[in-house]
Amino acid sequence: MQTTSEKIEGMDVWLYHGQIYIPNTFSAGATGSRFLTTIRDKAKITGTRCKECNRVYVPARSVCKDCFAQLKEWVEVSDKGTVLSYTIDSEPKPIHPTDAPVIYGIIQLDGADTGFVHMIGGADPEQLRIGMRVQAVFKPKEERIGSVLDIKHFKPL
Amino acid sequence: MANKVAIVGIGQTYHKSNRPDVNMPEMVGEAVRAALEDADMNIKDIEATFHANMETFEGIYMPDHIMAAEMGGFGKPGLKVATGGTSGGSAVCEGFYMVASGLQDVVMVVGYEKQDCGDTTAAITAALVPSWSKGAATGAIGEFAKQALSYMETSGAKEEHAAMVRLKADKGACRNPYAHLKLGLTSIDQVLESGYLVWPLRFLDFCPQSCGACVLILASEEKAKKITKKPVWLADVEVVHQEPFRAGTFGDPTGTETYTQHVACENIYKRNGITNVRRDIDLAEIYEPSNWEEMNLYEHFHFCEKGEGWKLIEKGVTEMDGEFPVNPSGGVIATNPIGATPIIRVAEAALQIRGDAGEHQATRDVKTALASALGGPNWTTLALLKREM
Ligand SMILES: [Zn+2]
Repeated sequence: MQTTSEKIEGMDVWLYHGQIYIPNTFSAGATGSRFLTTIRDKAKITGTRCKECNRVYVPARSVCKDCFAQLKEWVEVSDKGTVLSYTIDSEPKPIHPTDAPVIYGIIQLDGADTGFVHMIGGADPEQLRIGMRVQAVFKPKEERIGSVLDIKHFKPL
Repeated sequence: MANKVAIVGIGQTYHKSNRPDVNMPEMVGEAVRAALEDADMNIKDIEATFHANMETFEGIYMPDHIMAAEMGGFGKPGLKVATGGTSGGSAVCEGFYMVASGLQDVVMVVGYEKQDCGDTTAAITAALVPSWSKGAATGAIGEFAKQALSYMETSGAKEEHAAMVRLKADKGACRNPYAHLKLGLTSIDQVLESGYLVWPLRFLDFCPQSCGACVLILASEEKAKKITKKPVWLADVEVVHQEPFRAGTFGDPTGTETYTQHVACENIYKRNGITNVRRDIDLAEIYEPSNWEEMNLYEHFHFCEKGEGWKLIEKGVTEMDGEFPVNPSGGVIATNPIGATPIIRVAEAALQIRGDAGEHQATRDVKTALASALGGPNWTTLALLKREM
């Protein structure tokens, strides 16, 4: 931590400049891990279905938000879907998974009832629109590690 | 006058250092379902959820953004609290306020911490004010080490007494199916031979970092009668705040400061006509991250005279089969999933009153119990539980 004494509006003020560092390990849990490893091993996107509410969650989750049922039924959904919304981030930032500009989209895959957040790639920002059809582009098998980024992006159809 | 509030459902996970098999919401869901099963209720019967977690301890900010579905809180009212060690105690108070006021009839109080995710001590260190205490940051362990030394100096307690407290806790933990550390200790020498964490606090003088969750279901009198034959009444709660730094965090060597524990217990004792604590209350589940702090709290809560906390453990008064059992569950020194920890205190006190504590049921009949919590931002929360009201 760096400590400085600065004159601010005529006052002699002590300032402490620091950075908070907190290590973090997050388990995707039983359901999330199965969703991710299925992408890694089979290049397939899956969801869990609530029989009661007839609703398919993608990404798969363990409990239905509406009826509290524990979701055990797995379904494969399409790798194609519809863009529900999107944004374009042109400012490069360390947290971005790819070079700017990054296009983030909410995509409803065919067979799913929920939006899935991912990147839209290989697209001209001018051609983007809500309702456009996109398809998942998977990384080659040897590069897939069990991350949601094993899907490289969704490309316009 | 407040309406009567009953504890009608109790659920907790087992507790351990690592739970990679589940994520945070999945772990919480285990305790929620256990509480619903205990109360024989459906999630639809729950009107609101009040939950406690110390965000950043998992390295995740605003964990409630992933927590509605598995907690059964989707589309329902509720609040989340993060008041350090007392987070779960604050959530119990919130639940109590809502039912006691008559605004809600059946609510759920949820606490959780999944400490395999983050670095609790790093997060606690980030809470310190850079100008006065950043360089002296040793997390909770350092604070309780100072408290241990103060207590040793002012009370005349010996390390052997702290070791006896640890032995008592371990005996309880070994009988508690949900406890985290079950060491099977057989002699005080095993405690005295353990190395120093931060002098004079030894490795076996301090609590572990646990993953786990605990849930209570609270109900109004009318609802409680329909739900269970064995309601435990949450007779009263108390919360008091104090700033830690200027008063000395967990022990002021000069003995001239007032503590939140003093104010909180005096308030709750006065309101409930408690004039002789060990006569009027049968058992306590207190928040003791270290064995030294347990003896200190005996005194703060007037279980004995000042400077005599160590005599209670020496005489066996606070053992499971003693006159005034304290933490037959094994306590915080055996199990500490922070956000859940104060709720476990209330839950364990309630199980003792119900007679459902199993292998760690106190020998004496427990009709009235006290549950406490403390933490870094120096809140104190208390709950008074009764079988009859
Ligand atoms: Zn459902």
